[in-house]
Amino acid sequence: MFALTADQELFEKTTARYLESKYAPDHVRDLAGRPSAFNPEAWQQGAALGWTSLLVSEAAGGGSISGNGLLDLLTVAYHFGRHAAPGPLFPSNLVAMALARWGSDDQQGEPLARLIDGSATAAWCAPQRIDDPRVRGGDVSAHVSGPEIVLSGALSPVEGAGDASLLLVSATEPQGRSYVLVPVSAPGVHLVPLAGLDLTRRYHEVTLRDVRLPVSARVGQAGAGDTYDEIMFDVLATLRAAEVVGALQRCFDITLQWTRDRYSFGRPLASYQEIKHRMADMRTALEAGAAITLRAARAFGDSNPDASVWCSAAVAYVGRVALEAIQDCIQMHGGIGLTAEHDLHLFLRRAVVDTQLGGSPADMTQRVVHLLETAQGAQR
Amino acid sequence: MTDDTIDIEEFAAQARTWLAEHMPPAPRVTGSFVLTSTNPPDDVQLARFEKCRELQRRLFDGGYAGITVPRRYGGQGLTPAHQAAFNRELVGYDYPAEIQASTFIPCMAVLLEFGTEEQKQRHIPAMLRGEEIWVQLLSEPGGGSDTAGAVTSAVRDGDEWVINGSKMWTTAARYGDWAMCLARTNWDVEKHRGLTVFSFPLTTPGVDIHPIELVNGSTEFCQEFLTDVVVSERDRVGEIDAGWDVVTRWLYHERTISGGSPYVTGRGNRAHDGPYDAFEMIATARDLGTLTDPRARALIGESHTLSLVMKALAESVSKKMAMGTLPAHAAAMARLFSGTMNIRRAAIGLELAGPQAAAWQVDDDIFAQLGSGYLIRQVSCIGGGTTEMARNVISERLLGMPREHRNDRGPFRDVPRGPEAGSTTR
Repeated sequence: MFALTADQELFEKTTARYLESKYAPDHVRDLAGRPSAFNPEAWQQGAALGWTSLLVSEAAGGGSISGNGLLDLLTVAYHFGRHAAPGPLFPSNLVAMALARWGSDDQQGEPLARLIDGSATAAWCAPQRIDDPRVRGGDVSAHVSGPEIVLSGALSPVEGAGDASLLLVSATEPQGRSYVLVPVSAPGVHLVPLAGLDLTRRYHEVTLRDVRLPVSARVGQAGAGDTYDEIMFDVLATLRAAEVVGALQRCFDITLQWTRDRYSFGRPLASYQEIKHRMADMRTALEAGAAITLRAARAFGDSNPDASVWCSAAVAYVGRVALEAIQDCIQMHGGIGLTAEHDLHLFLRRAVVDTQLGGSPADMTQRVVHLLETAQGAQR
Repeated sequence: MTDDTIDIEEFAAQARTWLAEHMPPAPRVTGSFVLTSTNPPDDVQLARFEKCRELQRRLFDGGYAGITVPRRYGGQGLTPAHQAAFNRELVGYDYPAEIQASTFIPCMAVLLEFGTEEQKQRHIPAMLRGEEIWVQLLSEPGGGSDTAGAVTSAVRDGDEWVINGSKMWTTAARYGDWAMCLARTNWDVEKHRGLTVFSFPLTTPGVDIHPIELVNGSTEFCQEFLTDVVVSERDRVGEIDAGWDVVTRWLYHERTISGGSPYVTGRGNRAHDGPYDAFEMIATARDLGTLTDPRARALIGESHTLSLVMKALAESVSKKMAMGTLPAHAAAMARLFSGTMNIRRAAIGLELAGPQAAAWQVDDDIFAQLGSGYLIRQVSCIGGGTTEMARNVISERLLGMPREHRNDRGPFRDVPRGPEAGSTTR
């Protein structure tokens, strides 16, 4: 769906084949019962396929296929969605990108190298960006005390923290918000697992109690967190949209096959115009969702001034339309679609967490207007 | 005529200079019939078409008419990339938008593919000079989505044909010069096999043109009554009874108005988004004092998001079709999305304006547009092929789902027709 060049196609095929062999629906169900769904070996193999280096420049040890790493990474996110696959695809890539863009030489040394080769993973303890009482994100404050930076507070929900060795923590200093790279093993770091919808993607509340690190643990400039977040959230939004498109694609494929195989009143469901038209709507939503996601990745890669609008619009559109479409897939299945035994819910679960965490479609819609106003103000 | 084609950059630079000297700036509001509430009176509409002729002549004289049309037909013999470059430079200037469809697409495009050498020599230079505006006589009152079910008849009489019937939904027929017309020439074969395409001047005796008034007051569309219209055999386009082959391409070219045609200057007839443009909506909410209301902001954001998705989808579908990763039928997805997007935007516009869209100060054009834009909103799911047909195409041709049952396989004469359509049968 997202591959445009022969190289991207090859990359997509290898990723698709690997995930197919690794994460069959029954296996995903098995993983649901385990404390962690993370498979370090499988993740390292994925890293060897190129999953972890795309948002990192060549100078920092990474490299893309097309010159636009986000565009390349869409194909991976799409297939993660198609398989509801476990693994810290978003957080590890985002933290690697942050270290590569803003990190010190030391941070770009071993920590980044280990994220790229997959021997370590990272979690992003993102700030609560929106004034929404439903988001119990909390806050981490930091102050410098001699050679040390001291962090206290809590952030939640944090994806993949339970399997990570590094946390990229948003922390508010007197001069503004900063990012700090915190080893999970640092004294004072506490993780509390959360319950949630996705079977293989786990979330934690991360609490820091007087965590003391050298000041050099800061990533980038003190107080530059808001600037960095524009990029972090744009990338996250685009990846979320791509994964949701993948989840919808899987449900669409399952449902199209079902309409052919299932007969009622002596004819296949696929022969009813009502069903045909709903499948046509869904196919169009799928194409439209992929199109805006692709356009967002391109705008980001080209550093377009309106890239943030495109990235926000991707979630604003895909987030809404895909959830409704997946529910419609369940509707077309009838009762069987409501059972745990059927596969559809695996992808609905993934689509729900993707659309609600990191800025809901409603939030992203508001952001589109905010960005338009800012652009209009700048023109005047 | 030179062998080497002018470099695109150089061509664009020349065009830039030429445009600055020769073309007037774009009028500020360029509403289409969908958006315009204040439908201009007939004399204003006529004046605009005269202006289009003049602007077209300027393009012709400057060497920018028919950029991709062969030189022997009065064009420039350049590539679609040159036309695209010119279209980019043209932004901000007035141009003959209203005659792109139907004159250049589909009519000129169809003549280029199916016309005789004589027809091409005679009409295409005249089109490019702004002397011949063409209209399409395709849909019929009884036809709906079933274009091939045309019952307008053409009967041969020596070197002439006599056409009788009625056509509908013709854009700007009152201001046109020539028509391209689909008629039935054989009633004893399957419906797609008995059609032929003709062309004739709209001044031909027996052509009776009536404007249709739409719910928003627009009179842009017309119905034509054709009574014993005599057409010369040399004005037949394509082979006898092979009209459906012509119409297939005709419809294809008509659809390229939303992008991808090498024959369209500027953005074609496509209008500015008018009151649905995001910045216009922000201005409207600001005027109404609702810009800080999260509900209003959610509506504006949704509307703009849909516009961006439409843009991305149109781009991506044409790109994938060009790459061969999607079949030509995939265009139906862009058509379906534009329909559903536009009706949603019309609903958003109504909700944003609220009471103002129901009753407004006479000079408050934005609210007039939002109000009557809502009245006419289904046009975007009807005009240019209904969204129901698009959904059929997507499900049947793209997804391979079973085709709809049809009852029109045998000789057309025996195909059941409703009383209205049947009455024009002879």
